[in-house]
Amino acid sequence: MSLTINDVKRIAHLARIEVSETEAEATLVKLTGILGLIEEMQAIDTRGIAPMSHSQDVVQRLRADVVTSGNQREYFQKIAPAVEDGLYLVPKVIE
Amino acid sequence: MINASLKEMAAALAAKKISSVELTQLFLARIKSLNPDMNAYITLDEARTLAQAKLADARIANGDITPVTGIPFAQKDIFCAKDWRTTCGSRMLENFIAPYDAHVISQFDHAGAVNLGKTNMDEFAMGSSNETSYFGKVKNPWDRERVPGGSSGGSAAAIAARLCAAATGTDTGGSIRQPASLCGFTGLKPTYGVVSRYGMIAFASSLDQAGPMAKSAEDCALMMNVMAGFDERDSTSLQRDKEDYTRDLNKPLAGLKIGLPKEYFAEGLSAEVAKVVQDAIAHYRKLGAETVDISLPNTRLSIPVYYVIAPAEASSNLSRYDGVRYGHRAAEYTDLLDMYCKSRAEGFGAEVKRRILIGTYVLSAGYYDAYYLKAQQIRRLIAQDFEEAFKHCDIIMGPSAPGTAFKIGEKADDPVAMYLQDIYTIAVNLAGLPGMSIPAGFANKLPVGLQIIGNYFDEARMLNVAHAYQQQTDWHKQMPEGIA
Repeated sequence: MSLTINDVKRIAHLARIEVSETEAEATLVKLTGILGLIEEMQAIDTRGIAPMSHSQDVVQRLRADVVTSGNQREYFQKIAPAVEDGLYLVPKVIE
Repeated sequence: MINASLKEMAAALAAKKISSVELTQLFLARIKSLNPDMNAYITLDEARTLAQAKLADARIANGDITPVTGIPFAQKDIFCAKDWRTTCGSRMLENFIAPYDAHVISQFDHAGAVNLGKTNMDEFAMGSSNETSYFGKVKNPWDRERVPGGSSGGSAAAIAARLCAAATGTDTGGSIRQPASLCGFTGLKPTYGVVSRYGMIAFASSLDQAGPMAKSAEDCALMMNVMAGFDERDSTSLQRDKEDYTRDLNKPLAGLKIGLPKEYFAEGLSAEVAKVVQDAIAHYRKLGAETVDISLPNTRLSIPVYYVIAPAEASSNLSRYDGVRYGHRAAEYTDLLDMYCKSRAEGFGAEVKRRILIGTYVLSAGYYDAYYLKAQQIRRLIAQDFEEAFKHCDIIMGPSAPGTAFKIGEKADDPVAMYLQDIYTIAVNLAGLPGMSIPAGFANKLPVGLQIIGNYFDEARMLNVAHAYQQQTDWHKQMPEGIA
């Protein structure tokens, strides 16, 4: 299946990455090449094969829902782009 | 001392022939002189490094010594180290000061090792040449017009140029083994789940695994003793008993069955590399091993499968970079959506964006079954290939990479050609198996690696197999010219 320039823009929007018109053109060429590589999979009959996500037979461990460390808000917020009174600042989303 | 093994360094430290501060200063001086050209390190923090060395000297004076106490290691910049800038090779994290330690970092710290600095890498570990780093290309010490491999390219160059005693790396599709091959040293990717991923910046979580990169198998074994072990903070960390990875180093190899997959010696492998690898295998026969022909029929499919699974997981993992709590935020934007889109467009480089877009596409509505699910099914077929193969052999050998180090820029504009670099390494990640690369010789004056693939949790045997070869050959002891 071939990708179009509109597909590239749609995917970029889903991924929240701004792309200019020229970038979209160049990206289309590269993504088409990569998808061509991926397309080789379609020749394989995988009916009845269980998908594999982990090589070992593991189960999700559970832990008690308890606090394990102290409050480090100020320390963590030192690396934030914008904070005020302990809150992270973002553009207004509710009018 | 720069060419000494970890054991020799530890002995010199214990005998007070050298202090940790002196050993550390020796490497810092080398970094100062060679790194401006090599670009192996992104971040150095001499004061912090020397403070650790002083602590190590105090420990040594008190007799509180582990096999790595006082030894300076380079840490790949994918590991968060508290109060160290941790960039993952990306503009997105250019000013990110990690507020906590990765498990791997704290393991080295507890053992009294010294952190020399954070090494360069492909951005978010996505690349096979270190050319996608926001912090510039890294040169291969064997030929400075060539790439060191990637994504752990900075660690690779640092070892080859003796800018550290040893280094850490991570391997999602070959990022320890391919640079080990291209820069001529020993690197091990453990069984998935053996080394905790806590604090290791995520690329493709079902494949990412940290491992040692060093001058010899013995050094790697000592580092595995530091790095491996259960950690409850990583949900995929395996609950197993502590192992001593040095325990089998000196076992004889007589009777060892080596499987040679015909797919690893087929079209696509350079003739010079093939010859070096075959010579190494012939040496193993002399050591008493026998070889058997095996087949891993789905090898070819490992690349398409990987380029669905890894980008899919990456697109999900990298969605956390939104410019809100940490990381790059664009200077100007109109609203929240625009802030996300601009911050991510500016913060990520071209290859990372491509992989996020591929991942977003294969996971998007209507495509999940055709791509992601299908890839996970073929992944099982690939794992079954190995399962079948290990019924006929103890260990698998082949090349680590299809060629030697290529020229900087040669493949930079062709992602598909770059992806084929990992044709012999990716299947191991998909199956979750351990794999390593050891120096086996040279082709046109460039290092060639022999890949050793083991069954699950068979790292001690792999290290034994590598060590036996290194007791009889000196490929791993050779150094590039112009680094003395």
